[in-house]
Amino acid sequence: MRKMKLIQLALILFSGLFTAVNAQAQGRPGPPRGGGGGGHNPEQTETLQDMKGYKIGDTATDFRLKNVDGSLFSLSDIKNAKGYIVVFTCNECPFAKMYEDRLMALHEKYAPQGYSVIAINPNVSESNDRESYAAMKKRAEEKKFPFVYLADEGQKIVSQYGALRTPHVFLLDQSLRVQYIGTIDDNSRSAESVMVKYVENAIEALKKGEAPSPNFTKAIGCPVKLS
Amino acid sequence: MRPGVLSIIIFILPFCFGLSSPPYTPTPATPYGSHADIPIYNFDSLEPLLSTDSESIHIVNFWAMWCAPCVKELPLLEQYKAKYPDASVLLVSLDFPEDIETKLKPFLKKKGITLKVALLDDPDANRWIDRVDPNWSGAIPFTIIFDNKNRSFHERPFNDLPDLEQTINNTFKNR
Repeated sequence: MRKMKLIQLALILFSGLFTAVNAQAQGRPGPPRGGGGGGHNPEQTETLQDMKGYKIGDTATDFRLKNVDGSLFSLSDIKNAKGYIVVFTCNECPFAKMYEDRLMALHEKYAPQGYSVIAINPNVSESNDRESYAAMKKRAEEKKFPFVYLADEGQKIVSQYGALRTPHVFLLDQSLRVQYIGTIDDNSRSAESVMVKYVENAIEALKKGEAPSPNFTKAIGCPVKLS
Repeated sequence: MRPGVLSIIIFILPFCFGLSSPPYTPTPATPYGSHADIPIYNFDSLEPLLSTDSESIHIVNFWAMWCAPCVKELPLLEQYKAKYPDASVLLVSLDFPEDIETKLKPFLKKKGITLKVALLDDPDANRWIDRVDPNWSGAIPFTIIFDNKNRSFHERPFNDLPDLEQTINNTFKNR
């Protein structure tokens, strides 16, 4: 009888502890939301965000940049365009590389529908032999890029657009209004594991005359090397 | 005899405690100075490490081997820890899990980095970047400096040790 009571007591003790642990797990303090408050003092100085860039609804600038085939390219060169998938990318960034095939697939699928991929390398530099114009040309040939791959020499265009990382997509509509800014999909590491195709969804929305939702996403990427 | 049963149960309790933790429990943090084991987190399991109940200085730095400005500032964080051993410094690597043995560990050894390193493997970054800081674009390096009361975010590399020290002092000027 006493033994029963002891076991009962132990069980009560045990289950009580179990509950306490679970409660603690749920109540774990995370970082403050909404940028702090309550004694926190978030600080953003000297950040890349100080750089001006496009916001949704802004009208993007056309440009004239050197393509890997040696010609100069402008958005206005694409006849009957319904929109433009402008993507800042580069040769060496692992994230840019992971998305190369997906960018090619995006172009193959949507260029015939009026939405071409326009890849721009903001990191092009003759002093870096992996990001030089010659290296871009080589990469485009190796991968057989079906889209233009442009050298943003002097980083004039990337600073106007405000791309912070590679790859960074700016989806423009027919009249060059910025309709979506962000990442290509929700899984950089594995195309097979993608659940949400942000850019494709945004294009489908434009095709229906709707505003993309979401129209802004974030991603880890290589920082654009602003000189 | 009977109190013996109770003591056995009490002895067993801590093990049950362990079993009740979430399934994605990371391995314990690596001992200082050794990278024998680099724990892999998803964001949910990393998130508790981004805050503290302690009054000591905490620094969490998001970086990756492929990020040149990140690699450049690692020695600064190493110097800071050497100068202020009470500070807790965690390097959250955004490199890929399959590169831990072949690239990350040799890299840390070569660079002489003895700070604690953890790897964040959570590809849907849009889901968690705002949970770290809504003002963060996702570009790295990104550093959080905090204790139990103060917190600051920095989406930029630090220029030198005085820059880092000044930034830390500014974060804790009210304490």
